[in-house]
Amino acid sequence: MPSVSLTVNGKAVAADVDPRTLLVQFLREHLRLTGTHVGCDTSQCGACVVHVNGKAIKSCTMLTLTADGANVTTIEGLAPSNTELHPMQAAFREHHGLQCGFCTPGMIMTAVDMVNRKGNDLDDKTIREELEGNICRCTGYHNIVKAIAAGAKTMGSGGGAQRAAE
Amino acid sequence: MSATGIGAAVRRKEDFRFITGKGQYTSDVTRPGETRAVFVRSPHAHATIKSVDTTAARGLPGVLAVLTGAELAGDKIGNLICGWMIHSKDGSPMKMAPHPAIASSKACYVGDPVAVVVAETLAQAKDAAEKVVVQYEVLPSASDPAKAQAKDAPQIHDVAANNTIYQWHLGDAKAVDAAVKSAARVVKIDLVNNRLVPNAVETRAAIGEYDTGSDSFSLWNTTQNPHVARLVISAFVGVAPENKLRVIAPDVGGGFGSKIFIYPEEVVCLWASKKVGRPVKWVSDRSEAFLADAHGRDHVTHAQLALDADGKMTALKVKTIANLGAYMSTFSSSVPTYLYATLLSGQYEIPAIYCEVDAVYTNTVPVDAYRGAGRPEATFVVERLVEIAARTLGIDVTDLRKRNFIKKFPHQTPVIMNYDAGDYHASLKKALELANYKEFGKRKRESARHGKLRGIGFSTYIEACGIAPSQAVGSLGAGVGLWESAEVRVNPTGSVEVLTGCHSHGQGHETTFAQLVSERLGIPIESVSIVHGDTDKVQFGMGTYGSRSGAVGMSAIVKALDKVEAKAKKVASHLLEASENDIVFKDGKFTVAGTDKSAAWGEVSLHAYIAHKFTGQQLEPGLKEGAFYDPINFTFPAGCHICEVEVDPDTGGTEVVGWTAVDDFGTVINPMIVEGQVHGGIAQGVGQALLEHAVYDRDGQLVSGSFMDYCMPRADNLPSYKVDMTVTKCPSNPLGIKGCGEAGAIAAPAAVINAITDAIGSEDLAMPATSQVVWAALQKANNSRHAA
Repeated sequence: MPSVSLTVNGKAVAADVDPRTLLVQFLREHLRLTGTHVGCDTSQCGACVVHVNGKAIKSCTMLTLTADGANVTTIEGLAPSNTELHPMQAAFREHHGLQCGFCTPGMIMTAVDMVNRKGNDLDDKTIREELEGNICRCTGYHNIVKAIAAGAKTMGSGGGAQRAAE
Repeated sequence: MSATGIGAAVRRKEDFRFITGKGQYTSDVTRPGETRAVFVRSPHAHATIKSVDTTAARGLPGVLAVLTGAELAGDKIGNLICGWMIHSKDGSPMKMAPHPAIASSKACYVGDPVAVVVAETLAQAKDAAEKVVVQYEVLPSASDPAKAQAKDAPQIHDVAANNTIYQWHLGDAKAVDAAVKSAARVVKIDLVNNRLVPNAVETRAAIGEYDTGSDSFSLWNTTQNPHVARLVISAFVGVAPENKLRVIAPDVGGGFGSKIFIYPEEVVCLWASKKVGRPVKWVSDRSEAFLADAHGRDHVTHAQLALDADGKMTALKVKTIANLGAYMSTFSSSVPTYLYATLLSGQYEIPAIYCEVDAVYTNTVPVDAYRGAGRPEATFVVERLVEIAARTLGIDVTDLRKRNFIKKFPHQTPVIMNYDAGDYHASLKKALELANYKEFGKRKRESARHGKLRGIGFSTYIEACGIAPSQAVGSLGAGVGLWESAEVRVNPTGSVEVLTGCHSHGQGHETTFAQLVSERLGIPIESVSIVHGDTDKVQFGMGTYGSRSGAVGMSAIVKALDKVEAKAKKVASHLLEASENDIVFKDGKFTVAGTDKSAAWGEVSLHAYIAHKFTGQQLEPGLKEGAFYDPINFTFPAGCHICEVEVDPDTGGTEVVGWTAVDDFGTVINPMIVEGQVHGGIAQGVGQALLEHAVYDRDGQLVSGSFMDYCMPRADNLPSYKVDMTVTKCPSNPLGIKGCGEAGAIAAPAAVINAITDAIGSEDLAMPATSQVVWAALQKANNSRHAA
């Protein structure tokens, strides 16, 4: 089996993998980072979104071998520490942007990427269009849109990390 | 109201684990030595299974077993069952066909399991599944419910002639016919309530594990009701006795009804785990979920509403064919009957109602409860008819509703239900203000200036939740009681665990249930933990569906808390050396009435356990109480949803530009969570009205079988919603709760279609009203106008 080495959430990892192993399988099954989810098999739902070299990608649509040498961030690596939350995580909680929680990691990773690309002042229309690749069945998106707008603002105001426990 | 008590928008306690990726869903659970299962499924809608050759598959690397229906039957694993008996008009029982977890003689829908491969890895199991050779003799199939009863339709099951499961009815046919005959006006509608795929974003999954030491099984499963799963798998399927089977429902990623049912895959994982001697895990693919999860709705209906000269409704007559798919799923029989016809009175005083329902088998995956379950179908019939009636009679749609609203409670409808409380005028009035109905004309003209057709549609819906007194549902055919249990365990330090038979898969019980306990015991919400979803921890429970967790589940907690308080007062009386009758409990403090003697909650709980202040003869040590709560009636949430759309006449493209919802859910524990439930329900209802459709072709192939083909609502298909509430407390339970989980999905489809038909000036419009459908309806309307 070919070997692969990459950085995941700041840690160097190396492994021998079956060449057909998808990045999401590698994260979930080899590294036990189960926060990244699989909700479909056609790259539609976005539950598997992670950051590869700073950009949001659907980890169900990338082979692990393609990620050789890459820098990967998953939902587990987004917060600055175990006791703090990333502002986007905090915004999802504050604005009730999640119910069952299954699509949430992908939503949050997409949202952070959206802010990185589109800035901190996001209107509803932009957010809704940018969420084309993320499906939520619980929230009807209303509160996700609110959470992303608020999270984007906090990220811009240098609000930085928030305490995990309130 | 305290900051964390009843009525406070407390941020959810469960969120931290979800936003940090620490949720534990079934597919996240890994058992030592676990293997992976992949199902071989029928590619044909209807076919005799001539042979299943597993030789090649068994020889592949990593394969531990390839099991078939014959082996399942050989091990005396029983069939899956439908747990609600419906009798036909002629008194005969419904025709339940055998439903083995793995088909052995005949496959009855595309996706019917015919074998299972268990291997070391998922990839090995998938590779081997492709090498299982099944010889089929393909039979003609029936996938259209409207044609399933035809004489020349293929016969699916021997037990059900003409593919008819039951021919049921409710109401007074004679009274209705008389009223229709003498009516000033009768409006009619033919409609199809489109078939939907629930599509929780977490697909179903199961891990079966057999422990030889204790001769017992464990099942990790994506279920909304672990105890019901254990009961059915023990008592009917017979995999293991109830006391030797533990069912765990960890974090579950949405259910919407589709995870209520007992499915073949979990049965097979349990059975196979004993055969291979290792845990067996199955995680559904999305494409597999489309073929294997119970679908929803799928009604073909003709209905007529009779009105007198003043626009008062005099009778409603409904005839529905309900598609139940290839086998009868767990609660499927109840959905188009007692969850449907009983709601046909809507919010209106209708003196006579008669409903006939034929349930049919087709060569499609089973159909069962999906968010709202019968009630969205009923609301769609009633609210479409009301809107059409108003337009036909030239009466404002709100006026016609007001003329017919039920005003006095309790109100006995002609279709079983006894509405206990409500104020339908109040919710309509508030919704009209919030939607700025007065200025709709102005907005319509503004849209016209931009070349758009603007329409407004209403849905003043009713639902029945908190199903219901066990004795009552038993008399209607339910095979189970529909009470709920709770156990309140107070620790010596005063913190509390509440064990509930409800199950949270997005509803936020860990927060709302804790709010109740925090308020009632006067302790911080952080000191309350909610335990659910494990049959080894919670003694029994009926799970979460039908918006029952608040109305029934929390009522059980109240009952257990009553007992805890009574016991704690006894402890306090010994501690404070006072008569039990003089102890007052308020804000977390026990006081001797008329004195300054008091003890804090934590002191009393400690003394309950150290037991130094009383003897064993005087009082049992400990502070733990359980309760079972059986409702005295259904609850009746109701409200008014108003949808505004803009239609592009050139393309038929429809945009929902405004949504107003005013609901009456009785007492609201956490308005933030309740509003979230409303949002999600509306999105599913808009999805049904505009986008979603499970389409089977003539050969029984599911054409819309992936997220590429089945249009799930995205963020840019939906508007922001204006959500508000009115409150009439439910008099039938201690907290006054009615339930909120399904309202949006029940109300929304009718509101959307009423809005589009208003915009285009034609009532002839099918769901989902895609651009193509709306454009075609517009052309048809224009052509007939020109012809006339």
